[in-house]
Amino acid sequence: MDERKVRESATFPPHVIAEIQRAASEGLYYIRGSGAKRAVPTFDDLVFLGASISRYPLEGYREKCDTNVTIGTRYAKKPIELKIPITIAGMSFGALGANAKQALGHGASAMGTSTTTGDGGMTEEEREASSLLVYQYLPSRYGMEPDQLRKADAIEVVAGQGAKPGGGGMLLGQKITDRVAQMRTLPKGIDQRSACRHPDWTGPDDLEIKIQELREITDWEKPIYVKVGATRTKFDTMLAVKAGADAIVIDGMQGGTAATQTCFIEDVGIPTLPAVRQAVEALKELDMHREVQLIVSGGIRTGGDVAKALALGADAVSIGMASLMALNCNAPIYEEDYHALGTRPGSCHHCHTGKCPVGITTQDPELEKRLDPELGAQRVRNYLATLTLECQTLARACGKSHVHNLEPEDMVALTMEAAAMARVPLAGTDWIPGWS
Amino acid sequence: MNTLDLERMAVRDVNQRLHDDAAGTNTDQQYEILNPMGRHAIAVGLNHPFDVTVRGHAGYYCGSMNKEATVTIEGNAGVGVAENIMSGTVHVTGYASQSAAATGHGGLVVIDGDASARCGISMKGVDIVVGGSVGHMSAFMAQSGNLVVCGDAGESFGDSIYEAQLFVRGSVESLGADCVEKEMRPEHVERVRGLLERAGIDADPAAFRRYGSARQLYNFKIGNIGYY
Ligand code: SF4
Repeated sequence: MDERKVRESATFPPHVIAEIQRAASEGLYYIRGSGAKRAVPTFDDLVFLGASISRYPLEGYREKCDTNVTIGTRYAKKPIELKIPITIAGMSFGALGANAKQALGHGASAMGTSTTTGDGGMTEEEREASSLLVYQYLPSRYGMEPDQLRKADAIEVVAGQGAKPGGGGMLLGQKITDRVAQMRTLPKGIDQRSACRHPDWTGPDDLEIKIQELREITDWEKPIYVKVGATRTKFDTMLAVKAGADAIVIDGMQGGTAATQTCFIEDVGIPTLPAVRQAVEALKELDMHREVQLIVSGGIRTGGDVAKALALGADAVSIGMASLMALNCNAPIYEEDYHALGTRPGSCHHCHTGKCPVGITTQDPELEKRLDPELGAQRVRNYLATLTLECQTLARACGKSHVHNLEPEDMVALTMEAAAMARVPLAGTDWIPGWS
Repeated sequence: MNTLDLERMAVRDVNQRLHDDAAGTNTDQQYEILNPMGRHAIAVGLNHPFDVTVRGHAGYYCGSMNKEATVTIEGNAGVGVAENIMSGTVHVTGYASQSAAATGHGGLVVIDGDASARCGISMKGVDIVVGGSVGHMSAFMAQSGNLVVCGDAGESFGDSIYEAQLFVRGSVESLGADCVEKEMRPEHVERVRGLLERAGIDADPAAFRRYGSARQLYNFKIGNIGYY
């Protein structure tokens, strides 16, 4: 056979053919974990304009470059003080095992930042491990208890998430142990759906009343965040501000999930890059930029990503998948177990199976042992420290004494798409496609 | 009796007073809240065995997330009355709007009149007794607890229900996915009798029919494709 004559179809590459054939044999959509695998414009398509003559940089290791951020300055009596602008995103106990939750809590606490609960409520271990804990208020209200609201440092009303805007969640039966089932008041072993919208409010006017209720229950102490999956980001941001949010969390389509339909993960939502810009524009139009804090998530991996999100106007970022990777998600260890799941390190998205080869997204005690919570905490701490250092380094190179002083003018885009989405000029030009 | 007048005090001050008193030494456990005038979030987040009477109509989320307290609304209640109640009692002497007792984990919610759509949505252990009828999609995704309806139930009753038990004396317009009628055995009659007694509603428990989950949609299966 002449290999040169064998050509793959761009329309039907092997993974598409495989999916068609899986669908033909199973007759149901594919449910999986992780985030979008398709290529989308990202922060990689932006670069910083380091200072030289027209602007002067700060000395890398000597001159101060602050990283602190306060969330909840609008209404909360007790705003949250973060030492770094990088938080850990909401991930449920159930989706994650207890060791993973503990590792994230201790690692984040060591860096002076917050972690977030997820569906199913707050565990005692998690509260203990996290010096700053954000309590998610989700449509399913699994495990929702007013005492936990009162114990939280902030409340995040989740209206959607980047991996599945408009869709509910799913914790497959294979992951439901006695403890998870009890926390969610459901029988063991059944597929636990999480509703796509809240049971007792719809629309922005109701949301305003819901926020009032949560504030009344907690005596206006806690910052109230509103989280949305990035879609109509400008409108959603404006409406959340109007409804009285202290902070807005925008989760781009690269954001991960423990389990949902692939068509949601790949085909719904917009990338994080344009979402940040749209949210900032909305806040500026309302004269609420920096008054209502903006937290951005979805595919944040490096200090460069953090710095670029902040430069576009975010107050902080939130990381989910990357924090799991710090705990060894997709690491080349226990390779035979990846193979048993039909995958390999680097390509795993099998969180939905409950058989995580590295002991993160599992409730199986044997697999969980593979994640030592103390070592895990150290790894999370190291990773957050690295992101912070990288972000500071880039900020100093742009002459900034606080990472929040980074601004869109510090960046250019390498592609027309990124230039249009981020509203910064294409490198070497003054051109912002669609804007100038 | 402690009197809190919402014409003179803000909702914030009323709730703060109730929260502070729960933590303090006030020995008078009786409260009346005057002039609610449909205001939202009245008497929310109580966690002490107070006896609170709201004299008039309440807005959204009255008595929500209640623990231990007895809250009586002498009038109608807006959306999400007794939302996520944990224990204690919330009693509406009039009618209730949508999503009454939504996601309630425990305690008792009594509505003397009708309740609108989605009554008992995602209920997780609460007992609900409705003297009148309930609107469409009531007990949607109901996980645990009991819903007793003395009147009729609207369409898609008990859609995608889990382990909650539903009892209706009148007609059911239609049952939702995976909700089926089940045999009313003596223990169910006794259960309904007890709930009606606790609710102070006079009705014959033997006149009720029981509905619950067929448990066919608990796991994703190709055979269920028509339901999804
Ligand atoms: S390694 Fe574990 S956490 Fe990572 S994608 Fe696979 S199953 Fe999920």
